[in-house]
Amino acid sequence: MPETIRKPEGIPEPSTAPQKVPRRQMLITLGIALNAVAGVLFAIPLAGYILGPSKREEIRKELSWITLGSLARFPEGETRLATYRNPFVRPWDGDTANIPCWVRRVSANQLQVFAINCTHLGCPVRWFPQSGLFMCPCHGGVYYADGARASGPPPRGLFQYDYKIEGGELWIKAGEVPTLATPPSQACAGPLRRCACA
Amino acid sequence: MRLTKDLAEWFDQRLQLGKPLKETMQHPVPRSTASWAYVFGSASLTVMALQFVTGICLAFVYVPSAGEAWTSLQVLNQQQSFGWFVRALHGWGSNFMVALVLVHMVQVFSFGAYKYPRELTWIVGVFLLLMTLGMAFTGQVLRFDQDAYWGLGIGASVIGRTPLVGAPLVHAMLGGPIIAGETLSRFFSIHVFIIPAMLIAFVGVHLLMVLKLGINEWPMPGRIVKRSTYLKEYHELTHKDGVPFVPDAFRKDLVFSGVVILALVACSALFGPFGPKGPPDPTVVQTVPRPDFFFLWLYAALALLPPQMETLLLLVGPVLAIGFLIALPLISGTGEKHWRRRPFAVLSLLVIIVSLAAFTQLATYAPWSPVMDAWSSTPVPPKLLEGRSAVERTGAVVFQAKQCRNCHALGGEGGQRGPALDSVATRLTADELVRQVLQGRGNMPAYGKNLSPAETTALVAFLKTLHPSNQAPARDASLVGVVAAPQAPPKAPSP
Repeated sequence: MPETIRKPEGIPEPSTAPQKVPRRQMLITLGIALNAVAGVLFAIPLAGYILGPSKREEIRKELSWITLGSLARFPEGETRLATYRNPFVRPWDGDTANIPCWVRRVSANQLQVFAINCTHLGCPVRWFPQSGLFMCPCHGGVYYADGARASGPPPRGLFQYDYKIEGGELWIKAGEVPTLATPPSQACAGPLRRCACA
Repeated sequence: MRLTKDLAEWFDQRLQLGKPLKETMQHPVPRSTASWAYVFGSASLTVMALQFVTGICLAFVYVPSAGEAWTSLQVLNQQQSFGWFVRALHGWGSNFMVALVLVHMVQVFSFGAYKYPRELTWIVGVFLLLMTLGMAFTGQVLRFDQDAYWGLGIGASVIGRTPLVGAPLVHAMLGGPIIAGETLSRFFSIHVFIIPAMLIAFVGVHLLMVLKLGINEWPMPGRIVKRSTYLKEYHELTHKDGVPFVPDAFRKDLVFSGVVILALVACSALFGPFGPKGPPDPTVVQTVPRPDFFFLWLYAALALLPPQMETLLLLVGPVLAIGFLIALPLISGTGEKHWRRRPFAVLSLLVIIVSLAAFTQLATYAPWSPVMDAWSSTPVPPKLLEGRSAVERTGAVVFQAKQCRNCHALGGEGGQRGPALDSVATRLTADELVRQVLQGRGNMPAYGKNLSPAETTALVAFLKTLHPSNQAPARDASLVGVVAAPQAPPKAPSP
């Protein structure tokens, strides 16, 4: 439409106006530059927003000491299921923030607190006191009472939480899902097998 | 009628879509493509459209909150009018869509349709397959039950094996340090916004290329694809011996889509929705997580891969597989299209299909998993106890009580992790049984610390009775030579 209006008035063609070319070119350059800057300013917060949860330091801060209750709940020589509310929690997490773990009380002051997750692919291992084994229902991993790998595909023994006894209560340091990349502690049950214990 | 025509003309004068639409619908296609072998792509598109409809309907009620998703699924199943049916349609639709996309892909591969000039159509199709599988997996997560929870755990464990950046990747996938509210929100967003948007874009490009490049003609042995001549040959094929896409080829698409929708409705009405299973409460550890049907092969592969190579195969395998699929038309973009002249292609296809089918079939009964309740729920077959001594019967009790049954079957029942023991006495002598039980070997844990000498004696006494009545138990040849020689010869096998 603008062309049809301009032409009858004898305004020169845009390409024949030499002093206007740099300005038009400059506007394009300016436009690209402005949009690039705006795009970056737009994208950085978005990337931070999406990747925020993966910042390791932030999560390390959330790891904290959590009580599993009175030590009396864990008789000597037995392994029992304990649950705790994850320290990093949202109001809408529901039951998913209740995390189970296996507590083995070896003697009065010596314990082992195992993550529920199989070291193979994270399924929940189940304790069988009669045979003294942890069995995994997914791919057939089996562990001994001390968490050492007994058979099946797991690459290492069960993950263990650091623990302490304070005021007659058992405390563990927990807060993130245990995987080979995010083991809850450096403790390693049993002899080293195929891959090094983290 | 007159009014309808006027209205149509009024709109067409403004939209000007009538002519291009008509041209598109009636574009000539090779006569050979008006075939029942060419209906699977359009049927996938039909099911995808239905998935969009039922998915949007589900979103009216579903709550993507870790604390409430499971309850909202119960409301859909039990209270919302036809909620169960919409859930069933969406769940079965997912299975139908994966199945149809796979059949479509097999057909396209067998017919050499990925060759010049349709390489990019195939590559876009590979991405569409990945998106379809992505929808199936994220959809399984949105059915936020025990299986979804532990399925996410498996996903996190696989990603956690990535070197160096494992931990950040796990946290990025879960949207936080544990599987919880933000994990579900993340997967909801992926399932409902991100992948569907990509699907629409990629399906659009896929269809556009089908229109621009034409439907692949029925291959003939000896009709070789050459870059220099193919376009001309195809043009002749479509213009000298072509038929209009609508109605000649479209008829069968239309009928097949109708059949597929009817089958979908029938499955949904007869079999109902999938789950949800138990609530996503990780403290309920009495669970046996299983993936949906189309991921069963993966579940089997994860159990059967050699453990030493597992991490490598898990991380590199998918990259290689997808890379190969993408590279396929670039590697073999010309040449023979007919399956009879492509024996290696046909053989590869058969190997892949048979492997996936075998893995899937294995995963339906998962012989590698202990049966977690076999020890307490599956009794010892009575005929194995008849006429046995007190010690032997005590051994049977030990056998059950120590969870041996979880991995070892008797009378066809029990776990299949270890060998069935109905005739173990013919394979192992008493001494070997003691050694195997106490020290373990291969995949068997050592029971030395968990059996008293009395229990071991009883257990082995019971195991020694496990042999067919017409087959002698195994004997230690060295002992037979010394001990049995002075005695009367043992009951010799009948000549």
